[in-house]
Amino acid sequence: MKYVDEFRDGKVARSLARTIADEVRPDRRYHLMEFCGGHTHAISRYGLRDLLPSAIRFIHGPGCPVCVLPIGRIDSAIELARDHGVILCSYGDTMRVPASGRTSLLRAKAEGADIRMVYSSADALKIARENPDREVVFFAIGFETTTPPTAVALRQAREEGLKNFSVFANHVLTPSAIQNILESPEVRDLGTVPLDGFIGPSHVSTIIGSQPYEFFAEEFQKPVVIAGFEPLDVLQSVLMLVRQLNEGRAEVENQFSRAVTREGNLKAQGLVAEVFELRDRFEWRGLGEVPYSALRIREAYRDFDAEVRFDLPYRSVPDHKACECGAILRGVKQPQDCKVFGTVCTPDNPLGSCMVSAEGACAAYYTYGQFTKDSAVAEAS
Amino acid sequence: MSENPKRTRRGYIRPLDLKHGKVELSHGGGGRAMSQLIDELFQPAFDNPYLRQANDQALLTRPEGRIVMATDSHVVSPLFFPGGDIGSLAVHGTLNDVATSGARPLWLSAGFILEEGFPLADLKRIVDSMAAAARTAGVQVVTGDTKVVERGKGDGVFINTTGVGVVPEGIEISGDRARPGDRILVSGFLGDHGVAIMSLRENLSFSTTIESDSAALHELIAGMVAAAPEIHCLRDPTRGGLAATLNEIARQSGVGMVVREDAIPVREEVDAACELLGLDPLYVANEGKVVAICPPDSAEAVLAAMRAHPLGRDAVIIGEVIADEHGFVQMETSFGGRRNVDWISGEQLPRIC
Repeated sequence: MKYVDEFRDGKVARSLARTIADEVRPDRRYHLMEFCGGHTHAISRYGLRDLLPSAIRFIHGPGCPVCVLPIGRIDSAIELARDHGVILCSYGDTMRVPASGRTSLLRAKAEGADIRMVYSSADALKIARENPDREVVFFAIGFETTTPPTAVALRQAREEGLKNFSVFANHVLTPSAIQNILESPEVRDLGTVPLDGFIGPSHVSTIIGSQPYEFFAEEFQKPVVIAGFEPLDVLQSVLMLVRQLNEGRAEVENQFSRAVTREGNLKAQGLVAEVFELRDRFEWRGLGEVPYSALRIREAYRDFDAEVRFDLPYRSVPDHKACECGAILRGVKQPQDCKVFGTVCTPDNPLGSCMVSAEGACAAYYTYGQFTKDSAVAEAS
Repeated sequence: MSENPKRTRRGYIRPLDLKHGKVELSHGGGGRAMSQLIDELFQPAFDNPYLRQANDQALLTRPEGRIVMATDSHVVSPLFFPGGDIGSLAVHGTLNDVATSGARPLWLSAGFILEEGFPLADLKRIVDSMAAAARTAGVQVVTGDTKVVERGKGDGVFINTTGVGVVPEGIEISGDRARPGDRILVSGFLGDHGVAIMSLRENLSFSTTIESDSAALHELIAGMVAAAPEIHCLRDPTRGGLAATLNEIARQSGVGMVVREDAIPVREEVDAACELLGLDPLYVANEGKVVAICPPDSAEAVLAAMRAHPLGRDAVIIGEVIADEHGFVQMETSFGGRRNVDWISGEQLPRIC
């Protein structure tokens, strides 16, 4: 497959892995946080840990949009479909995330709520056009990558004068999450989470550019390498981070130069700024309430804001007591540290959000394992 | 009095309108309409001595040997797809379940659940395709049933088929017989059926030239079993794909498996479609492939027998069975790492067969 196979070449991988093994210093470890679930997935699916020296430790970050969505937000989405009788359009990943009282969008759908899986915001608009006598709400989630398409849908709805379409906006911001992690007591004061550098987001950075990370490199002295999601991208970015750390540098480097520029996609940024503005605060699963970490719909598009139209109150709901998703999303724990991992909580019957999404760390560990689940558990203990 | 040229003949029944007619509730009502549907559509298509007896059951003579029986209900959507339709699929699906015991399939039953308002022309197309598939496979549809549900209570046509076959002496094929050291083979490219169906779903707007691999496997399997009667396991990797089949056998046999990603045959178009949709070809359904597990000494003979048949032309050895009490299926990735190949979780795509 052209433009894909080139980034999955086993021979190149082995030679890169040898270079990394040659360059790591025997006297230190390299704790690298891959922010995105896409990277976590690539690491597990291609068995990258097997290729790398043990000095390289991956810490899985919170960059999985479904994982960081708090229970209260899913409860609100279910409320829209069940109590307000709307057609709720959702991305597939969100369907199985556990909500309060052992429900989920999928269970609510089975009980009769009109919840439809869509592949894009354009599909939701189409459903609104086809059902003029029904209220249609698009359950918008995701980081900066999925925000521009939501903005396009909102602008189009206003241009067309679609009266029955609105958006339940839950778009969150990557830099705020990174800052929150760097300022957390575990990283800053207690040192319980050793963190030497970041493998930065690829798709998000095509929109926001590499510039926003410069602050972290400078202020917190942590190198950031923006990396593509293919396995060779990840290996190359590991090498770049090892070199920065060995040389005592803390810079923003761009491994994913085939798609990311320093400024990012200015047109998309303009579109997002036209439709959205910062929220004062937003609750993240795992990180809690993070100030200025999410977007809400601007006054000019108020008529299309589902939170306004349906007067949705936000109720914060604590996670299940046994679920460690919060600590895993902060990098404090690994999936196998959770007592319910692989027992009560499995992809078929998830207790926490990290087990649901293909980008979640628990799902990646469970699905692809590390040799076998036994050795994974042994390594953890 | 002059003869009226337009006078209808006594006992004349207007034939079924197979061009513009629709299924009506009366077609399942047990009355004349139902009998007409059988006489004019099902009977001519499936014609054989058992059906000609027009009884509610088929009276069969017990064949020599051990008898196997399998049933499968087909609810695929859409009903017509590149490489087949629900009719041919209903024959192949059940025949393959019978054949993977090493059996020679003999007879099929067919139960139709039709939705009121379904075009008779489409029903005829499906029944003709089903009859053609059965004829090609050399099996007879010996008994059947038709029910009609109100409009909105079904989705066009659902078909259940049950197959009966005979296993030759000395053949012991079962999912619990895989042993450490055994080789794992597949008969060809994986994922064609699932991707062909997915390309037609309305909310997935992409096009592909991939056709379903829907086919009856019993002749291919007969060749394999003749070449190596000691084959341990055979199974067709339908829903859940190769990953589900390997995990099922690993659990039944209490063994582990290691397969090589490089060796697993996937067409470039299927690979690309899966990449686009975020799917893994290992989990995508097949309807004309077989997975075989055999002792190491027989592997080359089985492989040669597979490649000698058109349906096994692209057969390969993809891995081997290992001792592992946990029953893990592992894969050596093309990248040089190792990972688990777990069961599919949830539903990748509903109504694929």
